[in-house]
Amino acid sequence: MTAEADRPEAASSGPVPWHHRHLLDVDILTAADIDLVMRTTDEMREILARPIPKVPALRGTSVTILFYEASTRTRVSFEVAAKNLSADVVNIAAASSSVSKGESLVDTVRTVEALGADMLVMRHPASGAPYLAAEVFGGSVLNGGDGWHAHPSQALLDLYTLRSRLAGGSLVGRKVVILGDALHSRVARSNIWTLTAMGADLWICGPSTLLRGFEGWAARGAAGRPFTVTSDIDAALRDADVVMALRIQKERMASGLLPSLREYAARYGLTRERLRAAKPDVVVMHPGPMNEGVEIAADVAVDPRSVITAQVTNGVAVRMALLYLLAGTKSGEAGA
Amino acid sequence: MTGRRIMAGEDVRRATIRISHEIVEKQAGTEGLVLIGIQRRGVPLAHRIAEAILENEGVEVPVGALDITFYRDDLSLVAQQPIVKGTAIGFDLNGRTVVLVDDVLYTGRTIRAAMDALIDFGRPQAIRLAVLVDRGHRELPIRADHVGKNVPTSREEIVKVLLEETDGEDAVEIERSVAVRASGGTVA
Repeated sequence: MTAEADRPEAASSGPVPWHHRHLLDVDILTAADIDLVMRTTDEMREILARPIPKVPALRGTSVTILFYEASTRTRVSFEVAAKNLSADVVNIAAASSSVSKGESLVDTVRTVEALGADMLVMRHPASGAPYLAAEVFGGSVLNGGDGWHAHPSQALLDLYTLRSRLAGGSLVGRKVVILGDALHSRVARSNIWTLTAMGADLWICGPSTLLRGFEGWAARGAAGRPFTVTSDIDAALRDADVVMALRIQKERMASGLLPSLREYAARYGLTRERLRAAKPDVVVMHPGPMNEGVEIAADVAVDPRSVITAQVTNGVAVRMALLYLLAGTKSGEAGA
Repeated sequence: MTGRRIMAGEDVRRATIRISHEIVEKQAGTEGLVLIGIQRRGVPLAHRIAEAILENEGVEVPVGALDITFYRDDLSLVAQQPIVKGTAIGFDLNGRTVVLVDDVLYTGRTIRAAMDALIDFGRPQAIRLAVLVDRGHRELPIRADHVGKNVPTSREEIVKVLLEETDGEDAVEIERSVAVRASGGTVA
């Protein structure tokens, strides 16, 4: 029997319960869902502050972390989060698994399930790969980043960090600038959705070669709200409340989209000089890993206005919240 | 539907004051004493007991709040993850006498979870239990040290504690359950 079933308050009004089985992108989340993730993250931060930051909530749940791409912070963050909830964690790096022998994604996912995984955290270089995994996997799939498409846990930890940093905890009307290579960025795509959904005045800024296709999206709007796309960094940074710099991947030079790293740094690098145009209490973010001296100057990264370290810490708490919420939705119930 | 009223506001007040006296008597003072209310109605009750101790002894006893959701033994059985209501223990538990405060003692499973949670915060010198209502039907070897009222019930009945802070008035009612037990969803 269930514990203390005589308490009526759980049935009363308040936050709506979670009903998603998978988290593949943020576009399935309602404002109420996002609010529940944020509240649950608050509770997880309280756990992280304890002498023993561990609770038995996911005891007996097996979490497999399957990464087809290199990663430090996201993979370790998910692993620490799962262990803090007492889940059993299995790590698979695709490079050293049967994937290198030619095993297909579907076969790998079926194998992982047969080995007892209840939840699958997955990163894959192909956009949409986690959707395929979710079709064959009997438990919950959590997208840890797929191609250029989505990185939901990153967008949610960025949102959590911003809400705890901005006065009043609200993004409504705040000028938020995403600076850099939006074209190849799943972090940008997921953030565009959550930030506009929360009412931010969103600006995407970078060289025009790295913003192709965004103008149309900006006009149509994400989450029902339009945003601004520009290559004019001075206009973008003017009176900004938040600036999020994105990593420039060196392989973009080879494809001719950027002339050189030095030219990018000169024209779009986030420096103290440029930040003067923003609000005095501007919040500086970066999803990591950083190329210091390219998209962000080393002194800006460690400036008191930077929340880059807080993003990493909050990453663990947000991922604990997501694992906890998703673990409650069993197969056969409301999907997606 | 309103059930049969077994305690009125005045009864709740007297029981709370008596419990506060018992707690101090058992501890032979207030040295090392802390109160921790279990979410949700244990929290306002713990604050009321602390107020009564302040009035009678002139000592402010620290009060914390504990949410036992992550320690429940039925998390893998419930249909959806319960919404967590918040833990706030802003003091060290090592060597303290912790009095857990809850509204209703029933199966004892909440208290088992609460004790597991407390041990993660430190090593209290002792853990005691104060409840407003003990309705019996224990499923674990747990008993309360301080009880506002012992109420014999059947398993089909629901004991509802109402508090000013959460429900707008103080009272304890018993009603006949129809669906709550079967749904399994109304646990906290």
